[in-house]
Amino acid sequence: MYCLIAAESAIFSIFVVAYLFYTGKSLTGPQPRDVLSVPVFFTICLLSSSLTIHFAVKFLEGGKVRAFALWWLLTIVLGALFLAGTAQEWHRLIFREGLTIQTNLFGTTYYSLVGLHAFHVTVGLIALTSVSAFAVLGYLRQEHAERVKVLSMYWHFVDVVWVVVFIVVYIVGR
Amino acid sequence: MSAEPIVLRETSAVRPPLVEMLHEWVTTVDHKRLGILYIIFALMFLILGGVEATIMRIQLIRPLNDFVSPQVFNRMFTMHGTTMIFFVAMPLVFGFGNYLVPLMIGARDMAFPRLNAFSFWMTAFGGLFLYFSFIGGDGLYGAGNAPDVGWFAYAPLTSQTFSPGHSTDFWTVALLISGFGSIGTAINLVTTIVCMRCPGMTLGRMPLLAWMNLVMGGLVILAVSPLSAAQIMLMVDRYLGGHFFDTQAGGSAVLWMHFFWVFGHPEVYVLVIPAFAFASEIIPVFSRKAIFGYPVMVAATVGIGFISMSVWAHHMFAVGMSSNSNTFFVLSTMAIAVPTGIKIFNWLGTMWGGKILFKVPMLFCVAFLFQFLIAGLTGIMQGAAPFDWQLTASYFVVAHFHYVIVGGILFTIFAAFYYWFPKASGRMYSESLGRLHFWLFVIGFHLTFDFMHIPGVLGMPRRIYTYEPGRGWDAWNLIITIGAFFQAAGILVFLYNLLWSYFHGEIAGSDPWDAWTLEWTTTSPPPAYNFATVPEVKSRRPLWDLKHPEDPDWKYE
Repeated sequence: MYCLIAAESAIFSIFVVAYLFYTGKSLTGPQPRDVLSVPVFFTICLLSSSLTIHFAVKFLEGGKVRAFALWWLLTIVLGALFLAGTAQEWHRLIFREGLTIQTNLFGTTYYSLVGLHAFHVTVGLIALTSVSAFAVLGYLRQEHAERVKVLSMYWHFVDVVWVVVFIVVYIVGR
Repeated sequence: MSAEPIVLRETSAVRPPLVEMLHEWVTTVDHKRLGILYIIFALMFLILGGVEATIMRIQLIRPLNDFVSPQVFNRMFTMHGTTMIFFVAMPLVFGFGNYLVPLMIGARDMAFPRLNAFSFWMTAFGGLFLYFSFIGGDGLYGAGNAPDVGWFAYAPLTSQTFSPGHSTDFWTVALLISGFGSIGTAINLVTTIVCMRCPGMTLGRMPLLAWMNLVMGGLVILAVSPLSAAQIMLMVDRYLGGHFFDTQAGGSAVLWMHFFWVFGHPEVYVLVIPAFAFASEIIPVFSRKAIFGYPVMVAATVGIGFISMSVWAHHMFAVGMSSNSNTFFVLSTMAIAVPTGIKIFNWLGTMWGGKILFKVPMLFCVAFLFQFLIAGLTGIMQGAAPFDWQLTASYFVVAHFHYVIVGGILFTIFAAFYYWFPKASGRMYSESLGRLHFWLFVIGFHLTFDFMHIPGVLGMPRRIYTYEPGRGWDAWNLIITIGAFFQAAGILVFLYNLLWSYFHGEIAGSDPWDAWTLEWTTTSPPPAYNFATVPEVKSRRPLWDLKHPEDPDWKYE
């Protein structure tokens, strides 16, 4: 998983470099400062989901499967909220502000970087949901804690990437 | 652990029916079978890439030749480069890595056997997909078929305007798919080497091949991922109307060059570090001496791994970067020559005073030492920016990197084929056919690539489909093409040797070379579980310790 994270980091860093390189180079509007607003609430959702998944894994290691399932579901809800936030933002940008991936360089780089991250959140959510399905069906036991922990590492990674994306897109890029 | 393999039961004499055997091979997750599949796949693509090279050389044999059209010539050099790098060289090093690493570190399989199978099939389908472009590349526009944008596919040549149809998309998607396969295998190799070593095998006792595969895996993880990211961007540009590399909307064509070479230069080391690994295993065995300077060798490998990440823009001196960046990349390029030079001296130090046996694997390794040195020297010449401005995109460059990839990498891969063929097949190869292959290939190689430097210096640009007579290039091109035929003949002898020896070779036994690493302790071919009992090692040469209990290595390490 560390290797996978290294590979993923390399992919993300290329997109981040492209975003930074093209910041302010769009020939036509809209520019980031005109249309982007800082998604504070959804960022808090995603970052706190790192905390909840950490508690969930701790409970599974202690053998408390029910408490695990509770915290795990909370993680999924927080992740889904974040995704809904992204969807809402994109909907606003596309239909109200008229910014698509074709509009200008900002659109191209913004949608690819944020989209790549959202794609990773989606993959994470699918994986988290399948684990919770196993938990609900009663197949999940204490001895699976290590595997679940590996998955939680992926989730932490997705959160850390969001911190980078957040800084790049919503602070530096504006 | 025992020197003689433990035969647990006789293998059944009845061969299973063909369908069942095919099913076993397709569904296998055994690292040895997957390694062999990688290698067979790569050999098939080696033939395809070789045919493409031959077509180009026939076209260039004399001035104003019209053997193929300019369009076909463009497709040939694009497909030749892409095939040889992504679907020959990489599968070959992955195949050997897959086959040898678990055997050498005393493991029973790779860390993730199913990921291993998945990675292989990704690579295989990526390769088939690339070649499907000959049929499907016309697309709706009826334009082009195979990709013709060159193996590094510079923007804006790849934009919809300049390559309509689907040819470039076949290139992009094929590399994306096989790239994911490569990352999977790299993750697998690194995890296997870090986590699955047998008891007693500390990092300091690990065979150099395993060390170098570890570094190679790390490089693949950090180098192929940027390529995948860049391919995704290119697809966004071509399909979703993005502007990453679209200069008319403020995008940058130079950014693509940076992204490509951030992958492209470490890629050279992804290929050459396993080549070093083969040399580091073969040269000691045929010199009858332990490797000279093991710790320095490891340090040099890791050093090369790090430095190789910071030299990429020496492919771009002619683009017009600032003089500061030019200087930086000149210096880093010069710096990487140092650990590489250390390695060459270590191999020479291993041979010095040894009792050298010139069997076919050793012949290829000795040729490798000479040729890789020359390749490195022309590399330093071009690493100096002013010199590069003069010769960039000329046949001198083509000669240089073929010297690295054929003279360095392919020669050691041939050495590895002959060295480990007895292990994988259980039979010896034919020594006389092997020598014939060696001499044909050495003569062909030097005819082609030595003389290719000269038209480069005389100003012949790469990728031209023909040239005017009377520029002083004619005779050189004739010689180069003649060399290509020698090489083709060598390859045919090599393939015939593999096939013939597989059915008729002498039975090899478990340790035909009197070697020292763990793969020679088990039977040839090894059983599915590799080792009946998990070996325990005390030194870098565990098999030496077994054979010489009176004078074991671990007393001196």
